[in-house]
Amino acid sequence: MLGYLLRRTAWGAATVLGVLLFLFALFFLYATPQDVARRALGEKAPPEAIAQWLVNHGYDKPAVWNPADPLDTRLAEHLRRMLLFDFGRSDADDVPIAQRLRDGVGPSLSVTLPLFTLGLPLALSLALLVAFFRETYIDRVGVVLCVLAMSVSVLVYILGGQYLLGKLLRWFPISGFDPAPSVLLRFVALPVLVGLLAGVGANVRFYRAVFLEESGRDYVRTARAKGAGDARVMARHVLPNALIPVLTNVVVEIPFLFTGSILLESFFGIPGLGSITVDAIQSNDFATLRVMVYLGALLFIAGQVLTDVAYTLVDPRVRLG
Amino acid sequence: MSEALLHVEGLLTSFPGARGARLPVVDRVDLAVARGEALALVGESGCGKSMTALSIVGLVPKPGRIDAGSIRMRGRELRGLPVTAMRRVRGAEIAMIFQEPATSLNPVQTAGAQVVEAITLHERVARGEARRRALALFEQVGIPDPPVRFGAYPHQLSGGLKQRVMIAIALAARPQLLIADEPTTALDVTIQAQILELLAGLARETGTAILLITHDLGVVNQLADRVAVMYAGRIVEEGTRAAVLAAPHHPYTHGLLRSMPSLAQPGERLAEIPGVVPAPDAWPPGCRFEGRCAIALAVCRAREPERTRLDGGAAVRCHAVAGESPQ
Amino acid sequence: MEGHVLGNAFAAAIVLLAALAAWRLRASAFWRERLGEIARRRPIATVVVALYLGVALLDSVAWRDAQPGEASVEARSLLDRAFPADFRERSYSAPLAAVEFYGGAALAHPGRHLLGTDILGRDVLHLALGGARVALLIGGLTSLIAIPLAIALGLAAGYLGGRTDDLVFFLLSTLASMPSILLLVALIMVIGRGPVQVCLALAVTSWVNFCRVVRGETLKLRELDYVSAARALGVSELRIVWRHVLPNLSHLVVITFVLTFSQLVLSEAILSWLGVGIDGSWGQMIDQARDELARDPIIAWNLGAASAALFGLILAVNLVGDALRDVLDPHTLRERT
Repeated sequence: MLGYLLRRTAWGAATVLGVLLFLFALFFLYATPQDVARRALGEKAPPEAIAQWLVNHGYDKPAVWNPADPLDTRLAEHLRRMLLFDFGRSDADDVPIAQRLRDGVGPSLSVTLPLFTLGLPLALSLALLVAFFRETYIDRVGVVLCVLAMSVSVLVYILGGQYLLGKLLRWFPISGFDPAPSVLLRFVALPVLVGLLAGVGANVRFYRAVFLEESGRDYVRTARAKGAGDARVMARHVLPNALIPVLTNVVVEIPFLFTGSILLESFFGIPGLGSITVDAIQSNDFATLRVMVYLGALLFIAGQVLTDVAYTLVDPRVRLG
Repeated sequence: MSEALLHVEGLLTSFPGARGARLPVVDRVDLAVARGEALALVGESGCGKSMTALSIVGLVPKPGRIDAGSIRMRGRELRGLPVTAMRRVRGAEIAMIFQEPATSLNPVQTAGAQVVEAITLHERVARGEARRRALALFEQVGIPDPPVRFGAYPHQLSGGLKQRVMIAIALAARPQLLIADEPTTALDVTIQAQILELLAGLARETGTAILLITHDLGVVNQLADRVAVMYAGRIVEEGTRAAVLAAPHHPYTHGLLRSMPSLAQPGERLAEIPGVVPAPDAWPPGCRFEGRCAIALAVCRAREPERTRLDGGAAVRCHAVAGESPQ
Repeated sequence: MEGHVLGNAFAAAIVLLAALAAWRLRASAFWRERLGEIARRRPIATVVVALYLGVALLDSVAWRDAQPGEASVEARSLLDRAFPADFRERSYSAPLAAVEFYGGAALAHPGRHLLGTDILGRDVLHLALGGARVALLIGGLTSLIAIPLAIALGLAAGYLGGRTDDLVFFLLSTLASMPSILLLVALIMVIGRGPVQVCLALAVTSWVNFCRVVRGETLKLRELDYVSAARALGVSELRIVWRHVLPNLSHLVVITFVLTFSQLVLSEAILSWLGVGIDGSWGQMIDQARDELARDPIIAWNLGAASAALFGLILAVNLVGDALRDVLDPHTLRERT
């Protein structure tokens, strides 16, 4: 088991390296330093300003190979900084990226955390309900609703939710953010509600499929032949087995929430990581964007290693096998 | 014979076919199992044996359903029984073991927990008592080192041990009837013999009746008192083991016997029955075996043969045999 | 190369490919039967998808009217030609209105704009129909790039195994670990904006799906008896792949294509929202509606038309995709979206 986890962790580390190399190729080789500088400073910037900017942001070094000092290259610098979480300054306004991230994490989590903790039980219980009533009208109506819900663009959910709940019904403020605990909930409620609505269709459908697949297995027939009732079969046999594929999906969603919040945050004016990303896109800030992609990937990979750890706890075939 | 333990009459189980039609897979089957008796239901794959068994315990997978017939257990009609009452029948009165021990056990529960569940589903017993009884069952079904195997997960057990756990689960609530659906098909030959011996011995000890479902006449020979041969949803021949195996009447039973290496005479060529069992939507209007039968008559094509009683309690569904017999 | 020439070439390629596929599939009883079954199961959705395709193709065939001495005339597609040439107003007008929405100046075409006009006075119905072409472009061009690449790498990985498999799998997990929207934005910002670039970026993120499916199925097929038998008979490896492995993958690729299609179109809508989408897409129309909902009184027809057009296509494609999966492959692919 320990060997398995070590292997998985090593694989995760290799993937992180792969991501870093990919980002290097994209941001340092495909996009030349001159490009980046001109985008940051404008087309008409004087050559001296560009040269100075390149030095300031470490874009002046050789890309991959420096005969004088093999470690003094952009590649080495890129790897060193990313691995040590020393992200440097924004290409756009020279604010330290790390500071931005620290400021943004709180607001981001105030949306994604409730979204995650409410969304998962909601989707799981709806899916369990629909799967329990399989081949009845409840199931059929449920599936149709899921497909309908999935076919609506998240943009429409955001615009519709804001217009309906914020503007027409005036239940929540239309947008904005205030970290003070007394009013935080009021600002966060609308984005969380919209996020729940946008995600629930696809999730219920997926979990239902998982539950139905498990319901068709031989061991379920054995349990019924023992005399176990429907509810017991679902709770004691189907659910524990279905948790294994569900786990994978849940972990896959962790970075998905991170990116999903890009839209919610930018639209509802929440100054989190998502808004930082949108600002970076709008101001051609490659340095920040690079860091965001890297952190997203890092979260995802960490999530996968965590899934493996969770597997070893849930699935005896992995734990003991 | 007094009222049998299990009495099935006119059982008709169907699945939906093309354009809303219902395709029967079990077609007006009559069966009776007496107390302590072992009845073997024999036939090739796809002839409706397993579906007969699942119909009896009320576990026909959707969208299949039982359309007609009666299933009586100790005189009580099981069809139309409320869900909770049927649940009490399953396991406690009729237990079932399946073909694939590898997939029939819950992979994330220990073997012991699965046996304990089978006990506690039907009896209010303390946890320690249930555990003690499960360990005794492990002993009874010949699992070595019960305390260790009790905590083992299915993937840690061999195929033979898994099937023994399945048998322990089946026997946990002391059923009067055990339905064994191809219990040895997925096992190695040497293990097969052990499991059959175990089943025969347990049936003798506990007085449990067995409905054994198999395509393997060798298994029948080892375990069964009586034999019913099933073909394309119908029982085509039934009788005592000795009568059916030694002097089969139906050409299909003949064919099955002649294709068995273990029962063939030394030096005899193994015969095979040409063709395959027709699917329910391709059943001919006459005798369903007609297309594969070596002695088919003109009448076989036109009309389905009636059930003909023979001497010694046997019965057969064949025009050729009915024509010869005095009846 | 000029935009409309590229569009014509793309439309021709799609029609050609479709004809080729139809011709090949007609010969196969398997496909004829299965595709018929899908049309039977989902008649309305199938017709809706076909309608969208038709509109998209009409809007893809464009040419410039020969006007000697005047080079600045824009090429107009068949769809554009269905509308009057000067079918524009100066600004917003409500559906079927006779006057402008704000101010109330008289319209050039009073009562003729079925779904009203947008801020630049363009006919919203025309714009919404035009979005079908962009959606087809997104789904079609992206798949044209992603699928061949995915099949080649997936086959190589699954069939050859060993180092090749490790390498492809590493590539897959590296790309899959980056959040797709962020990766898309990063790619588009670096390689530049424009329809082809967006499709290229979408191809980079979506080929992973296809490749996973192809690799997994190839691994399975490789172990099957008939493949081993062919190998034992001395059939060349390339021939085995071509004759025995590839045909058995085709249905999975088709299903994945249809299920990915809606994801691609929805992704582009998000990209439009983030300002890096394709001109003329429904996503852009929805993006513009951000301000329109804040106006008083609000402008809802622009958002409504784009959302409805997007929803209709995605729903129809999802339904057809589900039917495809049920009919062609009930087991291998989970309902993962």
